Amino acid sequence: MNERKIPQLLEKISSGIEGFDDITFGGLPTGRTTLLMGGPGSGKTVLALQTLVSASSHQDTPGIFVAFEENARRVSANGEAFGWDMCELEKKDIYFVDACLRSDVVKAGAFDLTGLLAALEAKAAGMGARLIVFDAIDVLLSLLNDPPAECRELYRLHEWLILHKLTGILTMKVEEGRTAAPTRYGFLPFMADCTVLLTQRVADRVAARTIRVLKYRGSPHVLNEVPFVIGPAGVEVGSSNGVHPEPQPFDDKVSTGIERLDAMLAGGIFRGTNALVTGSSGGGKSSLAGAFIEAACLRDERALFISFDENSRDIVRDLATMSINLAPYLDSGLLRMESMRTEAASSEEHFMNIKRMIVDHHPQCVAIDPLSALARVGGGLAARAVAERLIYLCRNKGITVLFTSLLEGSDPHLETTTLHVSTISDSWIQISYALLDGERNRALSIIKSRGSKHSNQLRELIFSDSGITLADPYTAGGEVLMGTLRMEKETAVYMEKGNGQ
Amino acid sequence: MSDWLHSEDQPKGAYVFRLYIAGGAPNSVRAFANLYAICRTHFPESHRIEVIDVLKEPLRALEEAVLVTPTVVKVSPLPELLIIGDLSNEEEVLRALGLPQKEIK
Repeated sequence: MNERKIPQLLEKISSGIEGFDDITFGGLPTGRTTLLMGGPGSGKTVLALQTLVSASSHQDTPGIFVAFEENARRVSANGEAFGWDMCELEKKDIYFVDACLRSDVVKAGAFDLTGLLAALEAKAAGMGARLIVFDAIDVLLSLLNDPPAECRELYRLHEWLILHKLTGILTMKVEEGRTAAPTRYGFLPFMADCTVLLTQRVADRVAARTIRVLKYRGSPHVLNEVPFVIGPAGVEVGSSNGVHPEPQPFDDKVSTGIERLDAMLAGGIFRGTNALVTGSSGGGKSSLAGAFIEAACLRDERALFISFDENSRDIVRDLATMSINLAPYLDSGLLRMESMRTEAASSEEHFMNIKRMIVDHHPQCVAIDPLSALARVGGGLAARAVAERLIYLCRNKGITVLFTSLLEGSDPHLETTTLHVSTISDSWIQISYALLDGERNRALSIIKSRGSKHSNQLRELIFSDSGITLADPYTAGGEVLMGTLRMEKETAVYMEKGNGQ
Repeated sequence: MSDWLHSEDQPKGAYVFRLYIAGGAPNSVRAFANLYAICRTHFPESHRIEVIDVLKEPLRALEEAVLVTPTVVKVSPLPELLIIGDLSNEEEVLRALGLPQKEIK
């Protein structure tokens, strides 16, 4: 047999951040130099430190953190605040070098990094460090204040890293809004094998962070700008490279919690799919979400109910008036309810929060009421991407989701949602108002239900003390009868039957 | 302060410098020559220079927070003074030490 040569893949160090490893197809290049650029407060230091923490605690790769700008003790304390056990790590696996020069230092002539590199070399050999972070390399360069010398020292650093087979992470400030290194450091992105740009932007008064891999020698990477947040556990990058395995579809159906609606949907919605409930304000979308969640709990499935701008307690109370009782499941822990404030965060942060809740609670059914709240913050484009990712996240985890969306606009026939999620929803239930004979009645119809038979009837949706149901369809003169007219017809039919017996 | 510096009754060894160098690197060699010359000129009787080769004692540099080479620390008299570079900018060194600068001819 001929032995085919398999190309040597670039060895990588995982950053420990799922989304970041996704966009870099595995993390940072081992034995090479990575440059993290970004404006002040863009998260460079956190990303570098998090990678170091992850490498030393999970990948048996001890490392050194050289802090040129921030006090090393403070950097360590910040890590502690993210829940990383810095005290334990610093005993053996991470060494901090406080390289902030005193402000009263006198500069008198030429100098270079030989001393620091000799010292780091000895330290790295002693502790077996293989990863070195140089945080705020620009501060060191500004000390040199001489472009040829700065270039020379960076190359000295770069060659030193290569010579000792060390993985280097350099962080560097760039002015806000810039996408490239300052002209005088223009060679830096060329020198580095992997260059990552972190930005922070404000859209509609809501700040959002994005990350972009500008280059990655010898490795594929996601080219797009990808959103990220700095959450309570550090950096979370919200994207995937799209190479996740497709989940196996389920064959069983999940009840919507309304018997007659299940019948219209030929047994409910497929497990692991999503259902979109649209309607105008006061249409009863939240009640449908409540019914879906109660049904999940009745089947003893874990459930998560996420609402925006409404207190969970109020929702529980309101649903109880329709005999939908969520309180016992809340107490038992089967159900988790979270109320979020739309304006409190960008749509990206909302997504990360929801994702965290899903990971923590591992529910089988999730209701999000309303998903359209996301569209109100941080720009439509970002919100739409978030809505889609939320749907894909649930699909990948085999979670059945019911999400509601507000329909706005005066034309009730214009069946579009603010987030345009109707195209990727598997089932779409529409609640509308039927104005007939001086009454406003709720009407429910199923616009689509993928891969499943479904009724095409328009039915009256009835909320009562005993629960939610759909009325029997009665038509007269081509119209579906609702409200009083329907009741009259029902009575008439009942009387007819009674007379007949 | 400067009065005291120029008084006649300076104790012997009052000026103690610590010079961190990187082996025989050109700027390290220059730094030593420049420091020695300044000491010879300004405190001929009362100076001491301790030379630390970072290449031989690398961990000491980390402990003493020495980042770049060459670095000179004036240990005494207090306050401690940190000077980086090969000391080729003599004026800057003299000003930092509070010594009279050369007259411009």
